[in-house]
Amino acid sequence: MSTVQEERLAAQAGGGAQIWVRQLWPWVVAAILAILAPTVFSSGHDIHMLSSMGIMVVFALSYNMLLGNTGLLSFGHAVYFGLGAYIAMHALRYTNDAVLDGTGYGIPIELIPLIGGIAGLGFGIIFGAVSTRRAGVVFAMISLGIVGLVEASSLAFTGFFGGEAGLFGDREDVNSLFGIEYSRSISVYYLVVAWAFIAAVAMFVLRKTPLGWMANAVRDNPERAQFVGYNTQMVRFLQFCLSAFFAGIAGGLFVLVEEIVTDEAVGFLLSGEVLLAAYIGGIGFFLGPVIGAILVVYLESNLSAISDAWLLYFGVLFIGVVMFAPMGLVGIAFQQWMNFRSGGWRGTLLARGYCTAAALVALLGFICIVEMSYHYLRSWNPSQPMTLFITDVNVTTATPWLISIAIFAAGLGALLFHAKPMLRRAADTAGGQQ
Amino acid sequence: MSTQNALSLSGVTKNFGKAEIIRGVDLDIRENERHVIIGPNGAGKSTLFNLISGRMDVTAGEIKLFGNSISGMSPHKVNRMGLSRSFQVTNLFPNMTTLQNLKCALLWDMKHRYAFWKLVNRQHAVTEKAEQLMEQLNLVHRRDVPAGLLTYAEQRALEIGTTIGSGAKVLLLDEPTAGMSRTEADEVVELIRQVTRDCTLVMVEHDLGVVFNLADRISVLVYGEVIACDTPEAVRANAAVQEAYLGTEVH
Repeated sequence: MSTVQEERLAAQAGGGAQIWVRQLWPWVVAAILAILAPTVFSSGHDIHMLSSMGIMVVFALSYNMLLGNTGLLSFGHAVYFGLGAYIAMHALRYTNDAVLDGTGYGIPIELIPLIGGIAGLGFGIIFGAVSTRRAGVVFAMISLGIVGLVEASSLAFTGFFGGEAGLFGDREDVNSLFGIEYSRSISVYYLVVAWAFIAAVAMFVLRKTPLGWMANAVRDNPERAQFVGYNTQMVRFLQFCLSAFFAGIAGGLFVLVEEIVTDEAVGFLLSGEVLLAAYIGGIGFFLGPVIGAILVVYLESNLSAISDAWLLYFGVLFIGVVMFAPMGLVGIAFQQWMNFRSGGWRGTLLARGYCTAAALVALLGFICIVEMSYHYLRSWNPSQPMTLFITDVNVTTATPWLISIAIFAAGLGALLFHAKPMLRRAADTAGGQQ
Repeated sequence: MSTQNALSLSGVTKNFGKAEIIRGVDLDIRENERHVIIGPNGAGKSTLFNLISGRMDVTAGEIKLFGNSISGMSPHKVNRMGLSRSFQVTNLFPNMTTLQNLKCALLWDMKHRYAFWKLVNRQHAVTEKAEQLMEQLNLVHRRDVPAGLLTYAEQRALEIGTTIGSGAKVLLLDEPTAGMSRTEADEVVELIRQVTRDCTLVMVEHDLGVVFNLADRISVLVYGEVIACDTPEAVRANAAVQEAYLGTEVH
């Protein structure tokens, strides 16, 4: 939710205690969900996925400090994640050595993400001083240059980055502040949750500070911000450094979960992924990047096991969001919820159901076409039958293609030419009656 | 002279390429006076404001604010030295509410600067001052409305509020009554009179009714030069002004 809306809600709520309850309940719900999640998703693969979600949530929220709050489009945010991760990995390896030799205590494992954060902050200060001089396209281009630079360096300076093989460490030969064994992945998951909560609360509160307000001000109207006494470059720079700090924390957590870090952690792909996660969720809402990160990790982790075409679906999802829902999935949900509360759903329920059903049918047809294309183009023997949902089909014959295209066309046609006009009419009549 | 000059321009020149827009303006504005700049379209009034407020660099000449040179300074530094401006086109934070706009204007001046360790809404002094300002501006009933949704007159009032909110001693207002009805304009003029009781006002204005109603002194800018700078009565009687402004031959 944007600051404006929160302020208004807070103003409506009135008394102090009520405001606290109103603002706290989402955090409590999130905490309960995070703590209970491993009881439902309990396999090793699932726990690993949950940990990755926690990391990505912190990373995407830190990214949104730039894009959503300050209006800075960065194509290279993984630099601070990755460099934070590498420094954290060196801290972990130093600790491993110290513990194995019995020569020292090293750094407690719980504090290693903080090392990553400080490293992210340091590199944020260095690169931010260069890149935040301008906003807009210039900033975006410089961020692209920096990620290229760092990714190239990661392969060149093998002493620090470990070359293509990356760097390894382990979380067994370490010391814990609380005497916890972190060899089990579930313990690491809870460490991730704890850090993710600290980071998320901090980033949430930051939006309500003078710097957070002026970040919004600089995003919306840099000129006016200057004429109330603020140096816009300084606001962008500070916001950038803080964002890099939280990205570094995410990098530190990544090291603890994966026990390995390679050049992928500083690269273009991860930089793009965090942009997708924040955008799909919705950059205008604090919750947006959280939902986006969870969804992206889930798709990456599970869809890739089901379908070879998962990246294609991912791309289609992103394009769909950019084109039809620029406020993101949380934005749509929020809009629909407001609509529902103001009675906009009354009398249109049937039409809405019809729209959804038609869209799902079109989606089904689309999936069939994509899957058959992949099978036809990539299988060593296309005439071998492939399993498509419930039936086996032979993609070298025309029938399954015709049926799939028919399903797709029927769904899309019904949606565009029948369901949507019907919804509009229903909304008009319902609006007219009020 | 007993009164200090709040703002003094000497030999200020601005060229865009070969075009001379401001051609050597000398202007002294005394502390606590209400000074109105008038002149036909294209005379360079807005450019002059842009030069004074640091939005553009001067080509030659010097601008002093309370005796300190401000030419070539960036706008936020000029603002911190005690000069604030409004724009011809409304220039606010459209997504923020009335109250939030005013708070943003107050934050720097009330020493909160780039703080990221305290909450804005806990700074009760800021809230109080913003509420006071809001009362002065007659915008209390619009407290939580985003600035982008206010009426035009309300936006202009809010802009004057943000301008004075930043703690400035010298205010530059660029056509604050442009595009308003008679009653709206009168209200805004009354507001300006109130809020500028103990600061210096420099204002560009087209509406001559407003000008003669408000001004202590008037400067007339024509083709980038000040052709007259005097009390309203004297300016009204000035033959050169009549010729330039009304385009009539003086017999």
